[in-house]
Amino acid sequence: MRPDRTELARVLLLLVVHLAAALAAPTLVRLWGRKAFWALALAPASAAVWTLSWTSQVRAGKGPVESVEWVGQLGLELTFRLDTLSWLMTLVVGGVGALVLVYCAAYFSASAQGLGRFGGMFLAFAGAMLGLVTSDDMILLFIFWELTTVTSYLLIGHYSDRKASRRAAMQAIVITTAGGLAMLVGVVLLGETAGTYRLSEVIADPPGGTVATAAIACLLAGAATKSALIPFHFWLPAAMAAPTPVSAYLHAAAMVKAGVYLVARFAPAYSHHTLWRWTIVVLGCGTLLLGGYRALRQHDLKLVLAFGTVSQLGLITLLVGLGTQATALAGLAMLGAHAMFKATLFLVVGVVDAATGTRDLRRLSGVGRELKLTALAGALGTASMIGLPPFAGYVAKEAGLEAIEHLEDHTVGLVVLVSVAVGSALTVAYGLRLWWGAFATKRAVIPESALAAAAAATQADGARGPGATSRVATQPDAEPAAVSHPSLLLVWPAMVLALLGLVAALLPHLGEHLLQPYAATLPAGEPGHLALWAGFTPTFVLTLVILGSGAALFAVRERVEVLQSRLTYRGPDADHLYRRSMRRLDDVAADVTATTQRGSLPLYLGIVLVVFVVGVGASLLAGGRWPQAVRAWDHPGQVLFAAAAVVSAVLVARARRRLKAVILLGIGGYAVAGLFLLQGAPDLALTQVLTETVTLVVFVLVLRRIPPYFSDRPLAASRWLRLALGLAVGLTVAGVALVAPWARVHAPVTEHFADEAVSWGGGKNIVNVTLVDIRAWDTMGEISVLLVAATGVASLVFLSRRTGQIFRAKEAINEHKVWAGTDPMAALRRGTDQARVDAPATNRVWLSAVATLAPQRRSVIFEVVVRLLFHTMVVYSVFLLFSGHNAPGGGFAAGLVTGIALIVRYLAGGRYELGEAAPVQPGLLLGTGLFLSAGVGLVGLVVGGSVLRSWIIDFHVPVIGHVHLVTSLFFDIGVYLVVVGLVLDILRSLGAELDRRAETGEDPAFAEGTDLLSEAGERR
Amino acid sequence: MIDMTPNLTLVVAIGVLFAAGVYLLLERSLSRVLIGVILLGNGANLLFLVAGGRAGRPPIVGTAAEGQMSDPLPQAMVLTAIVITLGMTAFLLAMAYRSWQLQRHDEVQDDVEDRRIARLAAIDERAVTDADTEATAQSLDEEAEEARDETDEGAVPGQEPRREQGVTP
Repeated sequence: MRPDRTELARVLLLLVVHLAAALAAPTLVRLWGRKAFWALALAPASAAVWTLSWTSQVRAGKGPVESVEWVGQLGLELTFRLDTLSWLMTLVVGGVGALVLVYCAAYFSASAQGLGRFGGMFLAFAGAMLGLVTSDDMILLFIFWELTTVTSYLLIGHYSDRKASRRAAMQAIVITTAGGLAMLVGVVLLGETAGTYRLSEVIADPPGGTVATAAIACLLAGAATKSALIPFHFWLPAAMAAPTPVSAYLHAAAMVKAGVYLVARFAPAYSHHTLWRWTIVVLGCGTLLLGGYRALRQHDLKLVLAFGTVSQLGLITLLVGLGTQATALAGLAMLGAHAMFKATLFLVVGVVDAATGTRDLRRLSGVGRELKLTALAGALGTASMIGLPPFAGYVAKEAGLEAIEHLEDHTVGLVVLVSVAVGSALTVAYGLRLWWGAFATKRAVIPESALAAAAAATQADGARGPGATSRVATQPDAEPAAVSHPSLLLVWPAMVLALLGLVAALLPHLGEHLLQPYAATLPAGEPGHLALWAGFTPTFVLTLVILGSGAALFAVRERVEVLQSRLTYRGPDADHLYRRSMRRLDDVAADVTATTQRGSLPLYLGIVLVVFVVGVGASLLAGGRWPQAVRAWDHPGQVLFAAAAVVSAVLVARARRRLKAVILLGIGGYAVAGLFLLQGAPDLALTQVLTETVTLVVFVLVLRRIPPYFSDRPLAASRWLRLALGLAVGLTVAGVALVAPWARVHAPVTEHFADEAVSWGGGKNIVNVTLVDIRAWDTMGEISVLLVAATGVASLVFLSRRTGQIFRAKEAINEHKVWAGTDPMAALRRGTDQARVDAPATNRVWLSAVATLAPQRRSVIFEVVVRLLFHTMVVYSVFLLFSGHNAPGGGFAAGLVTGIALIVRYLAGGRYELGEAAPVQPGLLLGTGLFLSAGVGLVGLVVGGSVLRSWIIDFHVPVIGHVHLVTSLFFDIGVYLVVVGLVLDILRSLGAELDRRAETGEDPAFAEGTDLLSEAGERR
Repeated sequence: MIDMTPNLTLVVAIGVLFAAGVYLLLERSLSRVLIGVILLGNGANLLFLVAGGRAGRPPIVGTAAEGQMSDPLPQAMVLTAIVITLGMTAFLLAMAYRSWQLQRHDEVQDDVEDRRIARLAAIDERAVTDADTEATAQSLDEEAEEARDETDEGAVPGQEPRREQGVTP
């Protein structure tokens, strides 16, 4: 025997081949047109060939089994296994898939839309299906199950410009996904109880009890939705909006069999269970009869087949679910036979559709005379479907009837037998009607005009109810649909499948031999047999009765049709019930939204805060360990700074003028910086002072554009409420501040930070080493936030661009002076002064772009001071950056100092001066900074195996002396660049861009003296 | 272990900062909300420090004995928090500016869509129209009947090309 491990690689390889083919499909179709389907067909064909090569080993129970670890932490494995059931399914999926793809090469017109996408989706579906039937891990099975759902959604909705397709696709995905989720619950229940997610192990030793009952209900819900059993059958006929090849593959051979596969998989474990048995019997019989009955009164050939498929799926589910060896064997035989004949018939109907342009059997006449081969293939398929000897359908149905007669439970057996007999008779009737409808030469057809008129009337007048076209009468002298001759290529895939159905039936012992290993896994019953002629048994008599009554039903079809339309159930059908419940769901969602989402930010925040106060406050009062001692202060200076912070906070809350509030806020911020300093946190104090400064500037930049007073709203009533909530939150947090420190039971994690900082991080400033080394991941996340915030600021201002232009002095427009506006001092100046002010600065230009400023906005002192300070500040920031590892400073502080230097340049010289000072786009700085920080981390990963690891390099450089370089410095440079980028972004957008807009008049400033201001002033 | 006795001065400051911050946070004016957020941020930063224990010497190796240093971990956290608050301040201010540009005020209005849904729910009208679920006379399988594929034309001379008869929305 060949080693398993290499074979496993082949299952994975097959999946990869499908995936690659799916990805390549659009390109191939663009290159070769529809001929590309020939190449695509190779993927499923290879799966079929691979499966066939394993036939004898699978027969001997030695199919390949192997697993590869996938997500170890979750215990997920890629486990595949080929046993008899998988072998049959893979053969069906691969073989029918390949034939249908070949069919596609001739079926679609060369100019059809979206063929590349179609091919890709088709291949993706085939791959998912292959994975589904070979996976031995229940989670993996579920993943492939959902993949088939998604791909089938896209395939049903292939004609995405048609409403009917979209709706059918949506309905199918909603129903099958709901079932899939139920199945996931079942899988998890089983897996957790059994302690393994390995399918074969769970089935070998299935869990029992209540868990099993719940799991069975969930699994069967999944199977019922996927295999279109009642009451979820309605999505399958609706899915006929899909292209015919999709119907042939998904809705005959592959996807709808997934549910059957699931039932067959779990039948050995649970078929004796009462819930299982009754669900299978009720769903199976009900679906079988309903599908057959509905199929009888369809006029569309595809819908006849769709309802026929529903019916047959009921039968197959019944057979594989009943749980004796004989029924299981018959079930698998039926599964294979159905795949062959139903795919044949769909393909044949596709040919008829392509040749005549209609699928309405009342419009077709004499097609069989024109398309003889197609008619022959259709006849072979129909014969197999209705169970005529010597075809596969006959062999399977015969074995099924025989097996049902030998069921132990006679009551159930009788019910099932009668259902199957009646269902089979209906199958005979609609099967004959299908072939007759498609190919026979009829006495009377309905004219095209009548059909079109009726369809139009249905669309225009919804009140006429469903089935308006069904009342159109046939006319003897009407012209049937014209028949053209499509490519012969369309016929032979159907013919191959039809002939396979014949060959399989002529070798029943081979089929029995191959399928027996699966049937033997079922605990109950005697082994069944597949035979072409089992003697003149009661079963054979029953078959004759079925065929006879079916033929009789067909013979009196017109009367049956009249009777059916009279008996038609007038109430809401499943489809309408589904839509109604979906509408209810929408309404409930809207009602819930309306009650919970009031859309008011203060309300939401209020609720969050009330929950905080109640939750945290209650637990503080109930179980908080209040400190046994408090200390008034660590340092008397704290009282001073705390008082400043407290007073400024209270005043800020009361302020009505924006600028006042902002300045008070700044004072409070500086006071907090003082508290930081006294607490022993110089880094914090430094950073806080710098950010307060920048914050103040940013506020002022924006405040120039919005009114000086906060808008006054009639909020007096809620003011006390807000105050009460504020006090409650303040008290609660103060309580937390008292209790939290006292709750410490462990030594701080920072106990060894000092040693680690020096020996690993190579720095003495523990805070900085923590930022760039010990907790560098956090810092990385935080500078990413900064990058996002900076980008957000720029986007909010520039709207459709990332950044604006860089204002360079040489591009400045002379007529437009920056910050021109009104000049309140002009009246005070003497005429002679005026000339001097307007004269270009000839002698000494302290700042190069300052000439672009309006003269009245210039300040010589400011310009000189800025000139003196700027370079000093930049040098100081570089010093902070490099010394930060050992002394207060670091990337954040250094970036802020550089930022402030740029702010000063901007304030002194306007936007052109800013452009001269920093002629780079902020995005470049931000990107480079993040790249540098992340890059250092990556280098650490590549070289040392650990992300963000740093190295200490000591070397001697002449003149400079000893250099102590720690690689985390580069990380800090990244931080520095990000912070500078943030400040620059703020200046570019909220500073320079707002200036430009004010000057061009794009964005009129808040006009002083308007009503709003005076109103606010009056109220004050 | 570090001395964890709480510092009453800081506790009071934290309480007041939070109270004032929440009071402003519940306002409608975006710039006031922003000021509230900043106050809350300052309070939270102080809370971090209090949770780290008593005041001490700066955590710089060599300048003080290890036992006298303040806890560096909350400091590292607070440091990034300060800078992020700056980023958020700028972002919210840009929003306030944008709001002023569009609506001539910087107030946080009720969400229009939420109000619409609430209004429609109050008078029992449908808030969403969903083409997938609307009631039609035809069932979906009857609609499927009318779907046609873009098939090959076949080979009968003299026949006019068939019209695409797909159901159009």
